Amino acid sequence: MEIGKKIKAGDVRAASRLIRNIEDNIPEAKTTLKHIFHMTGNAHVVGITGSPGAGKSTLVDGLIEFTRKRNKTVGVLAVDPTSPFTGGAILGDRIRMQRHAEDPGVFVRSLATRGALGGLAKAVGDAIHVLDVMGKDFVLVETVGTGQQEVEIINHAHTVIVVLVPGMGDEIQAIKAGIMEIADIFVVNKADRDGAGKLQRELMAVLDMSNIPKGGWRPPILSIGNAFDPAEFERGVTELTAKVQEHYDHLVKSNMIGDRKRRKVAHELNEAVRSSILEPVLLKLVTSGELDKMIDTLLKKETDPYTVAEQVAKQFLKDCM
Amino acid sequence: MAKRKIRIMVAKPGLDGHDRGARVLARCFRDAGFEVIYTGCHQTPEQIASSAIQEDVDVVGLSCLSGAHRYLFPAVVKLLKEQGAEDITVIGGGIIPEQDFQGLYDAGLKALFTPGAKLDYIVEWINTNISPRA
Repeated sequence: MEIGKKIKAGDVRAASRLIRNIEDNIPEAKTTLKHIFHMTGNAHVVGITGSPGAGKSTLVDGLIEFTRKRNKTVGVLAVDPTSPFTGGAILGDRIRMQRHAEDPGVFVRSLATRGALGGLAKAVGDAIHVLDVMGKDFVLVETVGTGQQEVEIINHAHTVIVVLVPGMGDEIQAIKAGIMEIADIFVVNKADRDGAGKLQRELMAVLDMSNIPKGGWRPPILSIGNAFDPAEFERGVTELTAKVQEHYDHLVKSNMIGDRKRRKVAHELNEAVRSSILEPVLLKLVTSGELDKMIDTLLKKETDPYTVAEQVAKQFLKDCM
Repeated sequence: MAKRKIRIMVAKPGLDGHDRGARVLARCFRDAGFEVIYTGCHQTPEQIASSAIQEDVDVVGLSCLSGAHRYLFPAVVKLLKEQGAEDITVIGGGIIPEQDFQGLYDAGLKALFTPGAKLDYIVEWINTNISPRA
């Protein structure tokens, strides 16, 4: 396939255009994705998540630098939120990474969420494939600034870094479900601030209580101080880069990598099935005007959404009903 | 099929840290429904061109208040062309004397907006003249 070959050869333009077509849901993009899927699965995908302003982009910038020093190439996907009102977005993660803009071993692409809720954009999974096929050794995926529940990243990344900052709440926050459970590596960032030691102790207590099987991975807790102090930042990010590699090696050695890959592919299939069933059905209902009529009947309370959905399923999915 | 969205990069080339205008524009483009990639200040033309290609934008909007627009703006256009991306429209704004307009248009700038240009007018220009990746 022509575009696939170009991307494999490292054609930046072809890759960035394909990602655009994926985002815009252009049918040709799917054709290309079909052709390149067999070439995917080589990159180490690392997710970076945490609350807005926690320092994710700055850490990504540092990870790029130290990964490049090891002569590995890096692709970055940085997600920022889309306005629910205008559909516009300000994609500003790149600002922190601009010193790498001219390095041919680095490819940075900003994505807007476009309504997706899990802290990522819908196109992220496929965009990871594109960077993977380009031959990037590492693909770093930076989520939107997350709250407690945006855990979609675990379906895409082999290694998840959760970035926390001091002063975000009491110890109950640390034992809640959701984002606190998904970390393979914790970073206590801005650790020069008050409360960093307390946060670190709370995290340790949480990990002490969790059932990590013998020989299992216990998420390390790294602390990184002021990013404007070059020596401290270098120390912190060097350690982080090493832990990311250590985690991957652990996944390989303990055969956990197979589980992660399976989870990733299962999720992809799930999404692909959902969109190939739902999209044509909805398109048909919209263009025929049926959808509007259904909405009218619901507004008049003549029927209910559950019955209507079952009727639609009956109409289109004969095998399953 | 989803409607194509306009992607625009707002960039400040050269030694110029006055980014209030660029930020106001970024916000205004967001409100117009565009996806705005903001690069921050002190960018070289090389950084801007390679970022624009990686981000697959339709438009690059350059803001310059330092007086170096006659060198910096054409440099971005030239670099995009050299990298096979001449289809990316480059527009500019800032403190640009009227006698420089023609030279910049000749160098490939498609529009210039100077102090007093209304935000609505800039958005309308983009909506009229840019069709996202057909």
